[in-house]
Amino acid sequence: MRTTNPKISEEKSETIVSSTKSIKLRIKRSNPEVNSEERFDDFIVPIEKWTTVLDALLDAKSHLDHSIGIRYSCRQASCGSCGMKINGKPSLACFTKISDLDSDTITVEPMDNFPIVRDLAVNFTRMFNNHKKVMPYVIRDDSEITSDSGVKETLQTPEDVEKYIQFSSCIKCGLCNSACPTMAMDTSFIGPQALAQAYRYIADNRDEGKKNRLKVIDESHGIWRCHAAGSCSQVCPKGVDPAMGIQMLRSYLLGIRD
Amino acid sequence: MLMRESIVMKIHYGTALGAVFLTVIHIMMRMTQDFHESLEYENVLANYEMIGYAILLELLLILISVHGFNGLRVILLEIRQGATYEKGVTYGCIAAMAILIAYGTRTILMANMGMV
Repeated sequence: MRTTNPKISEEKSETIVSSTKSIKLRIKRSNPEVNSEERFDDFIVPIEKWTTVLDALLDAKSHLDHSIGIRYSCRQASCGSCGMKINGKPSLACFTKISDLDSDTITVEPMDNFPIVRDLAVNFTRMFNNHKKVMPYVIRDDSEITSDSGVKETLQTPEDVEKYIQFSSCIKCGLCNSACPTMAMDTSFIGPQALAQAYRYIADNRDEGKKNRLKVIDESHGIWRCHAAGSCSQVCPKGVDPAMGIQMLRSYLLGIRD
Repeated sequence: MLMRESIVMKIHYGTALGAVFLTVIHIMMRMTQDFHESLEYENVLANYEMIGYAILLELLLILISVHGFNGLRVILLEIRQGATYEKGVTYGCIAAMAILIAYGTRTILMANMGMV
């Protein structure tokens, strides 16, 4: 006959009844395809100490209002889909724990500087177009695939990799563009995301496309419209420093660096 | 596009540095005599009549006009976008800059030649 260990049964029961706190989730709602109305809907959702803003949003969507518009995918800060303004700061919903916000009311809004699709989902077309413009790939005349032996390696030293590695962490979440004050004014500005990626490939010693990329960013709505506010670097969830990349690119264009 | 933006911005930064340098000389020249005395009408005209000082004022006029109107162009381009608007702003700023430099140069020349 099996006997129950009283300790294990106690732990299990603790886990089940541990949700004792609730917060108010204020979600900005809008649907530009239907009308220009914007409003905040409030939802009371239970939280645990590990609950993220995305968990809370999905809880509200599952149990309280199925019509909440939200984009998400990986839930681990890798896909860059769930960027939004959380209590006024551009953040990834999956990477923001409610317990860290130290507030009983969490206000979530769509990211600034992007057209709204619906509720918290925004349109990334402009950002992706600017990203494509800077040619985000290694450009070189030769290839790693050779006709005779098959493949050859383009070797890099750890110092070579160090020059660009932080910029390759970009997940295209758009938080930097959302925080950028120039993006708010200048609808043609290329944006910190694309500029950081331009630097990522220019700083890569395997790349030979520097001249073409500098040409793309050196125009009237390019790199020179950055006011060096630095907010892009403040909000990046992956530790990328677009503001530094922009200053490095400027030094190339001013002839301070080769 | 008249020239690459990086060249425009090099001119922008260069004119700022040049203007600061010349303004420092211009202010230091006030120290050659009592400040109030240096601003008296006759003394100001005497400055214009010194060829070296007239060249300094002309350079200051050019540097500040180029820097200022390019700054205005940049601000206006950020406020609104559109091909026609941007072309208008660029050429408008160049025209305004040229007019200001021409008018200022006329004043400097007239004062230098004792025509005022």
